[in-house]
Amino acid sequence: MNDLPSLHLWLIPLLPCLGFLLNGLLGRRMPKKLISAIALLCTALPLAQVAWIASRFHSLSVPYIERFATPWIAAGAFRASFDLVFDQLTLVMLLVVTGVGFLIHVYSVGYMAEEEGYWRFFAYLNLFMFFMLTLVLAENFLLMFVGWEGVGLASYLLIGFYFKRKSAADAGKKAFIVNRIGDFGFLLAMFLMISHFGSLSFSNIFAAIAQHPEIHGGFVTAIALLLLLGAVGKSAQIPLYVWLPDAMEGPTPVSALIHAATMVTAGVYMIVRAHILFEHSPFALGVVAIIGTATAILAATIAVVQNDIKRVLAYSTVSQLGYMFLACGAAAFSAAIFHLVTHAFFKGLLFLAAGSVIHALGGEQDMRRMGGLRKAVPVTFWTMTAAVFAISGLPPFSGFFSKDAILYQSYLSPTAGHALWLVGLITAAITAFYMFRLWYMTFFGQSRAHALEEAGSEHAIGTHAVETHGAAQTLAPAHAAHAPHESPWIMLVPLILLGVLSVAGGWIGIPQALGGHDQFARFLDPALSGRRHSFEELSIQMNVEGPAAAAAASAMQPSVPPTPNPSQERLFSLLSVIAALSGWFFADLFYRRKPGLAGRWVENARGIYSLLVHKYWIDELYSAVIVKPTLWSSRYLLRSAVDRGIIDGGGQLAAGSARGLGALVQRVQSGNIRSYAGWLAIGAAAMLLLAHFGFVLH
Amino acid sequence: MTVPLAYYLVLSAVLFSIGVATFLIRRNIITVFLAIELMLNAVNLAFVTFAHQWRMVNGQIFVFFVMVVAAAEAAVGLAIIITIFRARNTLNIDQVDLMKL
Amino acid sequence: MYLALFIFFAVLCVAGALNLLLQRHPINSALSLIVVMTSLAVLYLLLGAQFLAAVQVIVYSGAIMVLFTFVIMLLNAGREEHTRGSRAAFLVGIPGAAVLLALLVQIFLSARGHLAQARLGEYVTATHTLSAVLFRDLLLPFEVTSVLILIAILGAVALARKEP
Repeated sequence: MNDLPSLHLWLIPLLPCLGFLLNGLLGRRMPKKLISAIALLCTALPLAQVAWIASRFHSLSVPYIERFATPWIAAGAFRASFDLVFDQLTLVMLLVVTGVGFLIHVYSVGYMAEEEGYWRFFAYLNLFMFFMLTLVLAENFLLMFVGWEGVGLASYLLIGFYFKRKSAADAGKKAFIVNRIGDFGFLLAMFLMISHFGSLSFSNIFAAIAQHPEIHGGFVTAIALLLLLGAVGKSAQIPLYVWLPDAMEGPTPVSALIHAATMVTAGVYMIVRAHILFEHSPFALGVVAIIGTATAILAATIAVVQNDIKRVLAYSTVSQLGYMFLACGAAAFSAAIFHLVTHAFFKGLLFLAAGSVIHALGGEQDMRRMGGLRKAVPVTFWTMTAAVFAISGLPPFSGFFSKDAILYQSYLSPTAGHALWLVGLITAAITAFYMFRLWYMTFFGQSRAHALEEAGSEHAIGTHAVETHGAAQTLAPAHAAHAPHESPWIMLVPLILLGVLSVAGGWIGIPQALGGHDQFARFLDPALSGRRHSFEELSIQMNVEGPAAAAAASAMQPSVPPTPNPSQERLFSLLSVIAALSGWFFADLFYRRKPGLAGRWVENARGIYSLLVHKYWIDELYSAVIVKPTLWSSRYLLRSAVDRGIIDGGGQLAAGSARGLGALVQRVQSGNIRSYAGWLAIGAAAMLLLAHFGFVLH
Repeated sequence: MTVPLAYYLVLSAVLFSIGVATFLIRRNIITVFLAIELMLNAVNLAFVTFAHQWRMVNGQIFVFFVMVVAAAEAAVGLAIIITIFRARNTLNIDQVDLMKL
Repeated sequence: MYLALFIFFAVLCVAGALNLLLQRHPINSALSLIVVMTSLAVLYLLLGAQFLAAVQVIVYSGAIMVLFTFVIMLLNAGREEHTRGSRAAFLVGIPGAAVLLALLVQIFLSARGHLAQARLGEYVTATHTLSAVLFRDLLLPFEVTSVLILIAILGAVALARKEP
């Protein structure tokens, strides 16, 4: 494999695990400084290790696989191990997870400073890091599934962090249960893999497919679709996205880390890691692309009418994840990862800055009560501005390059195509619109902190309970009376760093058409190029074995994307910029220059507005179609009929029959001597009969 | 003239059955006791018959012991009857049924 | 003649037993039982157990039945009333007794060939034979039996004593 000393990859996930154990078991009695020190250390050390590995990356032979002596499962012919793999894709993911994770840990030290359960928060956060790192480093699907489930668990624990609030507990449950549905798909995919390939290891499976694609045909599609179901659950795509908006009940750093930068991207990572599977099933790729695009535009339209700042960002995350899925569906895996990286930067920044705004206003999350914060919280304002520009896809910010790569690749791809490109473009315009709407409503205009209370209007339907900050459960007017203040430096430094990355982070992926060297895509190519090797092998085979084999082989192969046309690419970039600018224009119109215009449009389009505000009634649909029947069948079928009727009834039948029999036999003991004598007589007679005729018979 | 010993046994069986029937039918405790004595006598007859059959004296020894035990039992039993009578003032066996479940 | 003697006293036994069953007053039943015991004593004689016959008359009809008669007198037991009886006894017991009787009779009669015939005076047990076995081979049971009687006396006295 390689002759260099071991990279000790096992340390990377284990250090956060150690932090979890220390903070979890002992944290209740530790001072806050010690808790945060442990948590930060256990996140910073893995980051340092990853950075060190990155610096020596050119001298490593990849893929580097770290094997462990003891196997995990050895059952018959099936083996599963704890092996960890490291290649370019792993490096990118590790840098994102540990880097952004560390920054968010630092931010949390300031944000959660007054919360009770401080130790619990950092314990759970470290637990999450442990599982996420396991997921990224795993060399087989089983270990990845351990990380997969673990991040779902950590997400549940952290969403329900304010467990005394029913809405938070419900949101945690919803997230976990919806995730489970996806995990079911993942499990089925793993079972299929075991039964068909006999192994869950990446190297075994991908090599088997690459060498003989034709014999795996239908299975590959089935496995790919089931894996997609898992990814849909974890990455909040249609139809399993409903948990992510509710997950905003958790503290804001949680939303930033788990529901923006890392956990929700696990689905995308999994698809990219299994790209060989997907590439050999054009049907699955098409499904991925369609789901991604549909989710992107659905979530973008819902985000337009949300009034809670965190909900807008949540739907925005769902929408951007849709973009990543579109990229995967177009077989543009490096573009998907590129957008994953830039999204981690600007979405993480958006959430942290939103948390800073909420902190500044003493717990206010409704944008209709914000406004005029530009001068009050300048650092937050400028960093959030950078993020808003990045997500809208304006050059030279990072989001422009990544989103552009996705849109262009999907236009060219046979599995995505022109229609999906157009929808993606429209979604980009809508994205710019609602992000600038958020920007204007939060930072510009007059402060509306008292506006809604004076007008006495009821809560709009899109807002939900205010996040507990400090001790207050509901927003009393006294809190709003405090002047908005900037956050402490410990919260601002991560904002600034992420702001810099949002601006400059895209520069590593500037395509050649716009003057760059496409470094990111080239860096990831060796990890994603399994297809090309097999294609070359097949082309050699074609020459040797003749046209029939060639026809069969080419039918199996997805077509190689044509070499990009630079001027076409530049044109498409221009179109994206125009879309973003038009979104900005309308946001400016509705929310800065003519504030009443939005109200009048809503009046005219009550039906559409109602549809969007109720999130297309999807939650209600799920409740009616899935939740209520399940509850009904549990209550009446399973509880009343099966549990009480059959199981309890069986037990009571046994007990009752014993009691009845006993009561019957009890009547022999009547206390009446004559009846005793009677029974004696008949007993003696019976025995005599038996003895006599028994002997006669024998 | 000879008498087959089986006849003696049949007589014993008849006496025993009558004793059982009396035990079951009559309600007076003393009558029930008398029936028990009758049953014991019937069994004694059977023992003596078999002693005659096998020309051994063991059967008669057994009868001897049965008689002794019957005497002891009759004494104690009658004492118990007197006690019950004093306690319940009845000689009806159906009314002495406190030992029921 | 032996047969006639046997039949006479056997009929007397059965008649006495039936009388025991059918009489209302317990004193009549007791007297019937005395008749049965005395007849049985004669039957023992016919079988050659002369000592036992004597003991039967002296102990059983002479002592035990007298005890019964005294108790009947003491308790002033009157005629039996008709009270509610035990169903189970009738329903279950009578058939049981009947089956027992039928079965036993059938067994004994079918084994007639295996049993000997008795002749009067054929085998008479000498008392000294009896006493030899009793006081030599079975001395311990004998002594234990006397202890038993002692205990019975004590029990009877303790139970029947008048409460002070």
